[in-house]
Amino acid sequence: MSARIPRLAPGVRFRHDATRDAWVLLAPERLLLPDEIACAVLHEIDGVRDEAVIVDRLAEHYDAPRALIAGDVATLIDGLIADGVLRA
Amino acid sequence: MSSPAPPLALIAELTHRCPLACPYCSNPLELASASTELDTATWLRLIDEAAALGVLHLHLTGGEPMARRDLNDIIAHAHARGLYINLITAGVTLDAGRLALLREAGLDHIQLSFQDAEAEGGDHIGGLRGGHARKLAAARLIADSDIALTLNFVVHRANLERLEQMIALAEQLGAQRMEIAHTQYHGWAMRNRAALLPTAAQLDAANATVTQARARLAARLRIDYVVPDYFAEYPKACMGGWARNTLLVDPTGRAMPCHAAHGIPGMDWPRLRETSLGAAWRSAPFERFRGTGWMPEPCRSCERREIDWGGCRCQALALTGHAERTDPVCVKSPDHAMVAALAAAAGNDASATVPVAWQYRSAKPDPTTAR
Ligand code: SF4
Ligand code: SF4
Repeated sequence: MSARIPRLAPGVRFRHDATRDAWVLLAPERLLLPDEIACAVLHEIDGVRDEAVIVDRLAEHYDAPRALIAGDVATLIDGLIADGVLRA
Repeated sequence: MSSPAPPLALIAELTHRCPLACPYCSNPLELASASTELDTATWLRLIDEAAALGVLHLHLTGGEPMARRDLNDIIAHAHARGLYINLITAGVTLDAGRLALLREAGLDHIQLSFQDAEAEGGDHIGGLRGGHARKLAAARLIADSDIALTLNFVVHRANLERLEQMIALAEQLGAQRMEIAHTQYHGWAMRNRAALLPTAAQLDAANATVTQARARLAARLRIDYVVPDYFAEYPKACMGGWARNTLLVDPTGRAMPCHAAHGIPGMDWPRLRETSLGAAWRSAPFERFRGTGWMPEPCRSCERREIDWGGCRCQALALTGHAERTDPVCVKSPDHAMVAALAAAAGNDASATVPVAWQYRSAKPDPTTAR
């Protein structure tokens, strides 16, 4: 599971919206407003890092237990894949 | 008056020119000629203004936007401003070379319109022989690229029988998304309403087909389904509410909140050759039906007033002659009886399989039926 390499699905963009001062996910006919945790994970997704690396980096950055972060990241990535925003 | 929240989407109707002639086209009966279209520099300025205002999605449509020779320049400019770019096309002029250029310019998503699941019906409805085959070829090219693909189907009496085949086609062509929209009765579709309005049995079958397909396909193929107004209990929030998040610019540079609003009398639409997009967004015609302050009863005191925003102004106008009335689709509307009668007449109609002649959109509307 943690060897998967998540990337944005075709036609999905993650960018900052200066007008509303928020990070947004833009997809065909959809605008999603990811929360802070989702944004933290999305910022790590570059189509190169696998899930284990992403978890390591976040665990270090937030100085949090790796197991806890791993669970959150997996749930989030699963959700975004089911929603068609990510692929792995 | 506090200033309105900034718009999220800009619909750019780049041209009314189109190789097809769909009898439900949402373009006005009086089509703008090429010589009256905005030039490239103006479109680029409007894109700058849109991005600065807070627009995130840019929809390039028409007519056929591919008929504009400066399409790639417009896309490249919008991409540089960070806009998410969606091209709504009939696809009959799309080949591998053009697709590569569109991708290079920064196009994110293509909505490819289909008129039917098969060539005979599709070419008949679009009025272009060979059109369906060219669309299939275009869809395969897009699916192989990294541009997201949506297939759009406008459904009505003459093609609803093949709804399952349409879904199968979208699946087989590898589209990420599909839009199935029952015809909205404005402009050309209003003229052809008798030939387009589905029967009650067709509608029930269609609803069931979509429900099953959604359950089966889930995220593999997202299906957005627009139910036909005349058979609904409450109206839709047209455009998510008048001038709440979308701004449309027609080929000649008039700004409006939706593609059918040009028909509303007494509106002095902002002209973007002379004014800015921001000024248009705050202008009197945009304020006219924004929010709830304009509402008559029964909307004014209704608990759904901020859900559907009183429905569609253009539909109220088309059916009652008054844009400011409650959308007659609503069961609470004092005008609802006429919609119920239309739906019932279609529902009882056993002639659904008999072909009805329709009027294709054309540069010169038939003067005997022009309103
Ligand atoms: S609805 Fe048909 S005729 Fe109208 S612009 Fe679209 S493809 Fe062209
Ligand atoms: S009365 Fe007006 S606000 Fe209430 S449901 Fe009908 S159209 Fe919507």
